[in-house]
Order: sequence, then C-alpha cells, then structure tokens
Amino acid sequence: MNILGFWIFLGAEIVLFATLFGVYGVLYERYAGGPTHQDIIMIREVMIQTMLLLTSSFTCGVAIHEMRRGSLKGLLTWLVITLLLGAGFLYMEINEFMHYVHEGATMQTSAFLSSFFVLLGTHGLHVTFGILWAIMVIIQLLQRGLTPVTARKTFIIGLYWHFLDVVWIFIFTFVYLKGMVS
Amino acid sequence: MSRFPIGHVLGFLFSLLLTFAAAGIALKTSLSFKTIMWIIGGLAVVQAGLQLTMFMHVNEGEDRHSQWINILYGVFLAVIIVAGSIWVMSFGGTHSH
Repeated sequence: MNILGFWIFLGAEIVLFATLFGVYGVLYERYAGGPTHQDIIMIREVMIQTMLLLTSSFTCGVAIHEMRRGSLKGLLTWLVITLLLGAGFLYMEINEFMHYVHEGATMQTSAFLSSFFVLLGTHGLHVTFGILWAIMVIIQLLQRGLTPVTARKTFIIGLYWHFLDVVWIFIFTFVYLKGMVS
Repeated sequence: MSRFPIGHVLGFLFSLLLTFAAAGIALKTSLSFKTIMWIIGGLAVVQAGLQLTMFMHVNEGEDRHSQWINILYGVFLAVIIVAGSIWVMSFGGTHSH
C-alpha cells in the first residue's frame, strides 16, 4: 500500500498551518481597541468541541481497525459515528463564530481577530471538506465493497481526519488556552 | 487481528489525559505565563506524536523512513516559520506600536 504521496501532502499542510500560526503568533495582542481573548472566548464550548474532535479521531481509528479485520459493516458503522461527531464539532464552531460576530468581534475588528478567524476558519473548512470526502468514500464502499483500492482510499481519509485533530490540538493549546492565560 | 482495538483505546485515554492536564494547568494554576506555555506546548507535541504513532500508523509500511523524514521536515519548516516570524516581528524593535 503506497501512500507516501499523501504523507507529502500532509507535510505541505503542516507548512500551510504553520504560516497561519505564525501570523496569529505575531498579531495575537493587536486588539486595536476591540475585544481581547478573555472578552470573547467561551472555554466551556471549546472544551466540548475538543472532546468531540478527539473522540472522532478515536472512532476513526477504530474504523480502520475494523477495516483491517475485514469487517465492512464495522468500518461503515464507525465511519458514520466519526462523521456525526465531526458534524457536531462543525455545528458548535459555526455557533461560536456567530456568537463572536454578534458580540461585535468580526474579522474586520482587529488584526488579532483577522488572524484568529483565518486560522480557525481554515481548520473548519478542512473539517467540512473532510466530511464531504468521507461521504464519497462511504458511497464507494457501499457500491464496491472492500477492495485494495477502496481500502487505500479509506485509510487515506482516516489519515486526513487524524491530521485535523492534530491541528486542533495546537489551536486548542496556542489559541484558546494561551488566550485564557495571558 | 484481535477484535478489541486495545492500542486505539489506550491512545484515546492518553490523549484525554493530556488534554485535561493542559486545560487544568492553564486554567487552574497560577504559574507564570512562560512556564505554563512551555508545559502545555510540550503536552501538545506529545499528543501530536501519540496521534502519529498510535492512530496514523506512521511506523508501518515499507516507506516508513520516508514518511518520518517528510513529517519531520514539515515540522522543521513549521518551527522556523512560526518562531522566526514571531522573533522577527515581535522582538528587538525600538519603535512602539
């Protein structure tokens, strides 16, 4: 199973998110008279989002475990659970963004909020894309069953999903927890 | 292959432990900002390594050396981009913002 190409793509994704973390790290105290971290961050909701994504990374791992046991039913069951958890995460993140905008903390308010929304939004878009991608893989699994080709596609979407969880760990640490400490 | 995914369950428990440890240290202790950032930053790196090895199976396959070199090079670039940007843009300036 040759998936080196996908690992190279993930390396490029690391660099993409690094540039956004770099921008955020430079601008995170440029409030321009607008709200600060402590004014807007809803840490309880963020903890729930973190749990949803962490759990979805685990269920995605179990899905791959089921695939390797040759169980298509187990694989599909755990994949669907993974996607439901991912959708729950997205729902909460969109609610969070709407709450911020309602409070007057928009992308245009300050350099801090511009870099905040670009970093978080890029991650959220990746999760959205991951959900659509996984739905297409599920359709192929239903049509063709477990073949070497569909198994490889499933493993790769799994890698992508775990990677999004890794990115979130750094967002949780260096955006939310750091914002609550400083 | 065993029916029960013991490795994944252990990885999940560890990641929960690391997440709650980071949240507890950041939100409930009164350590200095610098100390807290070093500790929770370290915990995040440990957790990323955990995901890579236990969930992403980076150690499997005949390409595992290439996979590791590629990921470590990505991390190397990430560190330079993030630390370099903050260093150049935030320290050593004589003007005030």
